[in-house]
Amino acid sequence: MRTICFTQAIDDALAQAMADDPRILVFGEDTPLLRRDLLARFGPARVRGTPISEGAFLGAAVSAAMAGLRPVVEVYMVDFLGVCMDAVLNHAAKIKTFSGGTWTAPVVVRAPCGGGYGDGGQHEQSLWGWLAHIPGLTVLVPSTPADAGGLMLAALQHDGPVIFLEHKLLSETWLEFLGSGGRRTVQYDVPVEGAKGAVPQRWEPLPIGKAVLRRTGSDIAIVSVGVGVHRATEAARALESEGISAAVLDLRTVSPLDKTAVRDMVAQTGRLLVVDEDYEGFGLSGELSAVVLEAGLTCTYARVCTQTTIPYARRLEDQVLPNSSRICAAARQLVSS
Amino acid sequence: MSPELWSLYALMLKSRLFEEAIAKLWHDGLISGEMHLGTGEEAIIAGVVSQLQDGDAIALDHRGTAALLMRGVDPVLILRELLGYPDGLCGGMGGHMHLLSKAHLAASSGIVGATGPAAVGFALAAQYQRPGTIAVAFFGEGAVNQGMLMESMNLASVWQLPVLFVCKDDGWAITTQSDTVTAGNVIERARGLGIPAVDVDGGNVSDVWEAAHSAIERARSGRGPTFLHARCVHIEGHFLGFHLLRVVRDPLRELPTIVSPLTRSLLRPGGAAWRERLAGLKTVCAAVLSTLRDPRRDSAHDPVCRVRTTMQSDPPHLQELEERVEQEIGDVLSTALAQVPP
Repeated sequence: MRTICFTQAIDDALAQAMADDPRILVFGEDTPLLRRDLLARFGPARVRGTPISEGAFLGAAVSAAMAGLRPVVEVYMVDFLGVCMDAVLNHAAKIKTFSGGTWTAPVVVRAPCGGGYGDGGQHEQSLWGWLAHIPGLTVLVPSTPADAGGLMLAALQHDGPVIFLEHKLLSETWLEFLGSGGRRTVQYDVPVEGAKGAVPQRWEPLPIGKAVLRRTGSDIAIVSVGVGVHRATEAARALESEGISAAVLDLRTVSPLDKTAVRDMVAQTGRLLVVDEDYEGFGLSGELSAVVLEAGLTCTYARVCTQTTIPYARRLEDQVLPNSSRICAAARQLVSS
Repeated sequence: MSPELWSLYALMLKSRLFEEAIAKLWHDGLISGEMHLGTGEEAIIAGVVSQLQDGDAIALDHRGTAALLMRGVDPVLILRELLGYPDGLCGGMGGHMHLLSKAHLAASSGIVGATGPAAVGFALAAQYQRPGTIAVAFFGEGAVNQGMLMESMNLASVWQLPVLFVCKDDGWAITTQSDTVTAGNVIERARGLGIPAVDVDGGNVSDVWEAAHSAIERARSGRGPTFLHARCVHIEGHFLGFHLLRVVRDPLRELPTIVSPLTRSLLRPGGAAWRERLAGLKTVCAAVLSTLRDPRRDSAHDPVCRVRTTMQSDPPHLQELEERVEQEIGDVLSTALAQVPP
């Protein structure tokens, strides 16, 4: 085991896979400098910079994958998928079905996501629910370096399109690039366990669609993903001192969803609290309530999500994104009701 | 007609001092997130925006502060927005990449290329509801490869819309040198879409003003869009804290964190042949070396310095103007910073 940072883990797993599989190419805007370590090891034929033309290079990645490559295509932020959504929605996600299951597009779309550093509502969205809504897409949202590397390897071995979301608050490089810009005068509420952690010497793929229990508890099941897992864990620690025992389940994969793990947790506790940095309406939090209802389980339910466009002002942003005090308040109410 | 250089210089200086104050507040940690300044673009912005009238619209990119200031938006409101205060221009909700002023028909977006369609829509409303008014799209040369911008140029051309497409070309798309990812010639591209295209020195405010003047007259009289290509430098690079500039300005602090993982990766077994690896390393080094030779390091390319040298013939007037602008920005700062919300 060794201890490394979140983005370092992703790049490390990616490098391991690239060394093993010459079909893997990496391209996107500014990739030569952003992924300079990969460029120096794998050369300019495999690590390429693109123009700011997401529609072209993401669309091309999809068909390159269909023709035998394994492209990892990187967009600057998940928000910018709005510019090239057609390639994701109408092509990558549909090829397998349209071809009667005979042809797939094993492309990995890597995108930083999430807020907490004051960049405004066009640059801090999560959007995993929006993406997971589309049949045919796999959506991964790791919350620790070990999961980030393991899931990247899994994404590269998966036989279909994968959206790999890299939370900027966990990523030392993105937070430095887009947040501090080298300043020592700004602080962020970075979850320590998510930003840096122990990882294996040699990466093994993690199973896609498998949640992990981060914390056991008997009164309430908190289900979350990404940075929300760490906020939930922080809240669970605080709730423990009040005599409330909260379990924290990290989904790790939004699609496919580990429904069994969710149902098991809810069956044990009878209370479900979803913490989701993505938008509240029509998304992951509502989906989880459907999972429970469809299983015929009886439980009380609450959610702490992002309800509005994310404000630019740090103080307002802190209130809009799920935080531990909102999670604690929701948990208390669930337990007392 | 010829430009009134004294008022253009006043606009440019005001913008420069305002943005330098913003830079300080950002470095002090009082402004969050990214900060893209327009320092180096002032001649382009002043040359165009000074000719706008009531009812004209502007679509701004992530670097829109200078244009809003010159358009007459209250700088105190802009500054309080950047500070995230509830009484800022957008209630602290937008921030510098998403500044909007309905009263000025001015809308910013942080999505590269999005100013193309935005200006076309503003121009459609102008053509239909307010003939004689126009719309301006500001964007960088990095945006010219964005499909929506090219599509909107085509639409403006076939609908003969009153749009001025202003391409502020500093040669860099964040850390990528634009000529390495842009095929052909952007001026020819515009002409290929049937849009008259003019190439000007974006560091020379008179040249920009004159080119913009003809284009704006053309648009106002219903003769359709024009593409204005203006070269410039971004003095602070893509944004404040720009990595490449930090490496050049403070190599002892910045280089160790870059060189050691880069070297380790270069030497790791498994991967490309040495020739490929060295080609990769060369690409990384070339970006840093081009920054070293970068024109933005030379004050001869600073549009504010350039216009000032032409005004030395009347030192008392110049001194009076500069003192007045400095006083004005000083007042803006003290007003904007006076009341910190609870």
